[in-house]
Amino acid sequence: MSEALLSIRDFCVDYITGTGPVRAVDRVTLDVAPGEILGIVGESGCGKSTLAQAVLRILPPPAVISGGSVRFEGRDLLALTESELRTLRWERISMVFQSAMDSLNPVITVGEQITDTLQAHRSMSGHDARARAGELLDMVGIPRDRLGAYAHQLSGGMRQRVGIAIALALAPSLVILDEPTTALDVIVEREILQRIRALQREQGFAVLFITHDLGRMLQVSDRVAVFYAARAVEVGPAAGIARDPRHPYTQGLLRAFPSARGTGEEPTSIPGAPPSLMDPPPGCRFHPRCPLAVDRCRTEEPALRRLAEGRFAACHLAE
Amino acid sequence: MSRDGSRASGIVLWWDAVRRDRKATAGAGIVLFFVLVALIGPLLVGDPNALVGIPLQPPSAAHWFGTTGQGQDVLAQVLVGTRTSLAIGFGVGLTVVLVGALVGVTAGYLGGKMDGLLSLLFNVFLVIPGLPLAIVIAAYLPSGPLTLGLVLVVTGWAWNARVLRAQTLSQRKRDFVAAAVVAGESRFRIVTREILPTMTSLLVAQVIGSTVYAIGAQVGLEFLGLGDVSAVTWGTNLYWAQNDSALLTGAWWTFLPTGLCVALVGFGLTLLNFGFDEITNPRLQLERAWRAHLFRRGRKPARSTPVVAAPGSGLPAPAVDHE
Repeated sequence: MSEALLSIRDFCVDYITGTGPVRAVDRVTLDVAPGEILGIVGESGCGKSTLAQAVLRILPPPAVISGGSVRFEGRDLLALTESELRTLRWERISMVFQSAMDSLNPVITVGEQITDTLQAHRSMSGHDARARAGELLDMVGIPRDRLGAYAHQLSGGMRQRVGIAIALALAPSLVILDEPTTALDVIVEREILQRIRALQREQGFAVLFITHDLGRMLQVSDRVAVFYAARAVEVGPAAGIARDPRHPYTQGLLRAFPSARGTGEEPTSIPGAPPSLMDPPPGCRFHPRCPLAVDRCRTEEPALRRLAEGRFAACHLAE
Repeated sequence: MSRDGSRASGIVLWWDAVRRDRKATAGAGIVLFFVLVALIGPLLVGDPNALVGIPLQPPSAAHWFGTTGQGQDVLAQVLVGTRTSLAIGFGVGLTVVLVGALVGVTAGYLGGKMDGLLSLLFNVFLVIPGLPLAIVIAAYLPSGPLTLGLVLVVTGWAWNARVLRAQTLSQRKRDFVAAAVVAGESRFRIVTREILPTMTSLLVAQVIGSTVYAIGAQVGLEFLGLGDVSAVTWGTNLYWAQNDSALLTGAWWTFLPTGLCVALVGFGLTLLNFGFDEITNPRLQLERAWRAHLFRRGRKPARSTPVVAAPGSGLPAPAVDHE
């Protein structure tokens, strides 16, 4: 078994509010292998973005990491000093944020933004940095003459691609994509995802891909982790989960997406709403909305159990 | 828009918030104390200008703050001075922000030539050095608290105007203003009902800050002798104390009480400002709980998300089969 690139164990992240801590990520255990695309999918507020930002430790106050461990390339990310984190960020792990509009500086050109990143981490001459910036834009399919453009002069799709170019500038081994296409239309979304996949195959970096769109996720990812109410409820290979989901929530999610091939089945939504994380239901957090819930589900919280090689589900009925 | 319906309860919420935030409560307490002194104090003492005893007597049972170089009661002078000083202070603080808001928001919203003209106006006033301007104006006008107030407003309004203009410019581009324009609201209404309310916390901060400035500047100018030296205010108290060589004779009681009052009022107002910041910015309140949480565990906030449990410790884990 090859060493996992990113190894998250029993990871907990709390938000400290005036009324006490709210657990946004609850004992999550995940692995990302080198060169694989792991998708994290779940409803709004299930903890996926929190997890992504907590790995890089860029979560703003009032967040604290309250338990567990995160190991990346054998190093304990939770024990690093500020300067070690600064070297790690972007050189080994980088991130593409949700709204490209917010993550690009509006008052400097796109080219300057890329060269800033390059020169902050490597001692490069301005000339070399500009050359490399041009290469990066080529890589994401943007004409080089756009190096001198400002963010507002580019379309949403182009801005997102610039974000990807900046994320890949230092050839990291893990790229975290936090809902990279949520703000874009489906055609641009498809282009961008295809490009990411092509770059990933070419350069071999691993991807942690976060989205609420299960269909998109299954097309792009190698493995998938389904999150619900701050916990990982099902983990496994994308094809396996699409074919045979073992957790009722995953089953519900799949039924909620219409099939493009038109089997004639009506999509059905999952009744109810995700629970408040300040006061989660006892036992399995999904039981109030679960069509298969039994008494045991109301009292005993299921652990993420291994069902088969590489397949995990947190459900009493999945065994 | 339920703005009208919730306005009454808004004031109650504010008062509640002031009570719960320690800085705001402390600041409000200090300021209210001095306001009370200003209102009631002069009624409790005699004429501050009356010669009541031997000059330069240290504090005693008869005269709690001692006597001045002329033989007047220092306590009476401090209490009576509070009224005028605070009145001018608050008056100037409010006026400065009103004038600044009028000019700044108009310039920011109207743009074009009007903006150019008004910007030129406040930029000129910003560039002219305040103290010499104050001295020149004070020299030409009859001395007195009103003149002083006028001088302070004239030299102090420009900065507020500049800040409010910048704020208006950034608010003007936002979608809710475009929506108001499309809905047909008049320009006056947009400025007063849409844009100004977004700047409430800034305006409150400016009023408090300008009041601190006004009190300090007023005391300073009067100390230099530019106020009406026959009036009884904190500044003139200090002027006379200096005139009677208080430092040389070691008569600390003639200037220390007044000085402490000025410092305390400034301190109280500043605390109030910090407190309001916390009240109007809910994120700061949120961070307070977070900071307290870290502090209790012996951690200091740093740039990265803090780790509050020991790495690798985790919580008692449910049975998970790791790959």
